[in-house]
Amino acid sequence: MRRVAVVGAGMTAFGEHFGLGIKDLLPMAVSEMAASVDKGLDRADIQAAWFGELTTTDGFPAGILADSCGLLDIPVTRVENACATGNDAVRNATYAVGSGAFDVALVVGADKVRESSARGTFWEWAGLTRDMAWDYPLGLVAPANFALHVARYLHESPATREHMAMVAVKNHRHALPNPKAQLRFEITVEQALNAPVVVAPFGLYDCTPQSDGAAALLLVSEDAVDRYTDHPVWVRGVGLGLDRVMHQHKRDMTTFPPTVKASKAAYAMAGIGPEDVDVAEVHDCFTGVELISYEDLGFADRFMAYKLIEDGVTAIGGAKPVNPSGGLKAKGHPPGATGVAQCVELFEQLRGEAANQVDGARIGLAHNVGGPTAVSAVTVLSNQRD
Amino acid sequence: MYTRPERRLLPDPTAESSAFWTGGRDGQLLIHRCRACGRWFHPPAPVCFRCRSLDVGPEPASGRGRVAAFTINRQPWIPGFPPPYAVAMIELADEPDVRLVSNVVDVPVQEMHIGMAVEVFFEQWEDVWLPLFRPATGDAR
Ligand SMILES: [Zn+2]
Repeated sequence: MRRVAVVGAGMTAFGEHFGLGIKDLLPMAVSEMAASVDKGLDRADIQAAWFGELTTTDGFPAGILADSCGLLDIPVTRVENACATGNDAVRNATYAVGSGAFDVALVVGADKVRESSARGTFWEWAGLTRDMAWDYPLGLVAPANFALHVARYLHESPATREHMAMVAVKNHRHALPNPKAQLRFEITVEQALNAPVVVAPFGLYDCTPQSDGAAALLLVSEDAVDRYTDHPVWVRGVGLGLDRVMHQHKRDMTTFPPTVKASKAAYAMAGIGPEDVDVAEVHDCFTGVELISYEDLGFADRFMAYKLIEDGVTAIGGAKPVNPSGGLKAKGHPPGATGVAQCVELFEQLRGEAANQVDGARIGLAHNVGGPTAVSAVTVLSNQRD
Repeated sequence: MYTRPERRLLPDPTAESSAFWTGGRDGQLLIHRCRACGRWFHPPAPVCFRCRSLDVGPEPASGRGRVAAFTINRQPWIPGFPPPYAVAMIELADEPDVRLVSNVVDVPVQEMHIGMAVEVFFEQWEDVWLPLFRPATGDAR
């Protein structure tokens, strides 16, 4: 397979965009991406597009992208893979460019959760991501499903609610300098612990906000890189992993096997291990999920995630900063855009241009898990080609 | 003491799931079991996911189990369901790998704990008997 590089990246701010639809957010993100291409981008160069979107709020997704961005002469494919949608869109475009089918591909992700005309969006997802007939009548709303996993994790591991609060405090602090983040204010451990309980063990500050937003990347082949930049960010590895949708027969509640499978695949393709990752954007839809993911991604041994957060290893300035953007927790989480925006952050980190820069970052990892825990997608990026 | 909520969102039983939702009429927790490999599985399906046998069907399970994980819902997510209430994953005594999501009632939410022995009872709503759980009175094995 040919090498594939990211040569442009952009995104809208994440937040409540009540006045904007998907058809408005998409061209905003694509324009910012185009402006970031060092040697410029002629829109006519784009040969194909992949569009990650979980829920359609403006209508037929591929058509909306083609129409709103003036891309009527190329194939556009919509990708939907629960909360792993964004990084799966990156994965699909990577294979298309790597295969030689295209030299220049656009990856876009977008969703509108704060869509005033579709207040049922979260409930629609509940139906999409779970078996309504089995769980819903008995009160298993989406946060409660993650709460069951994290409750069991807290029971078996030394981690406590204080460690979850430390994750929230860290990610809120990381979001402060990020102009694209939704929640740009600091909180304390005490505030997090004393916040209203949503579903135990999650308090308000353990949960991602609801967000609208879009993000875009330009992927090009090794043959085309020089036309666009002298500072590309290489897609070194991609991976996708699955597990049972229902938790009835999950052997172990304290790990998400899709993340283990997706990251193994991405590490193998990149020829690296978890110890080589300098900076990571990890799927912290709930604080406890960031802790579990440290272990699933190989950053910590089983049940040792609490040490990383306790010792500041995953904060900016630590050995392995996680979610320098603020993460889903503080940057926001419009699902289709989330994974793409993680790669936007890593693009900037690996070029030394990030708002919350990790010194000397050479290898970055982006991670999504969803459905609710049935699918994971992982992308490894680097400023080093090999 | 547990009292019925004002209303429940009811499942729409299918050919596969109707035994599970109506077994309570006879006081039975009906869980699918594979007659080829003898293992229980849930939710019901026409094929055993372990050995792919088609020789499967509902059988009465003991109705006893333990809490594998739980969460206390503190927000009014669902109409007619006043918080706080416990949503739990129950490992069945018959086959711990089979886990049902249900409500555990008749226990103060602060006394809920992982490993707690529970037993099934049924709450009828129209033609559906919802399997709910409460602390076990006898030997939970
Ligand atoms: Zn079988």
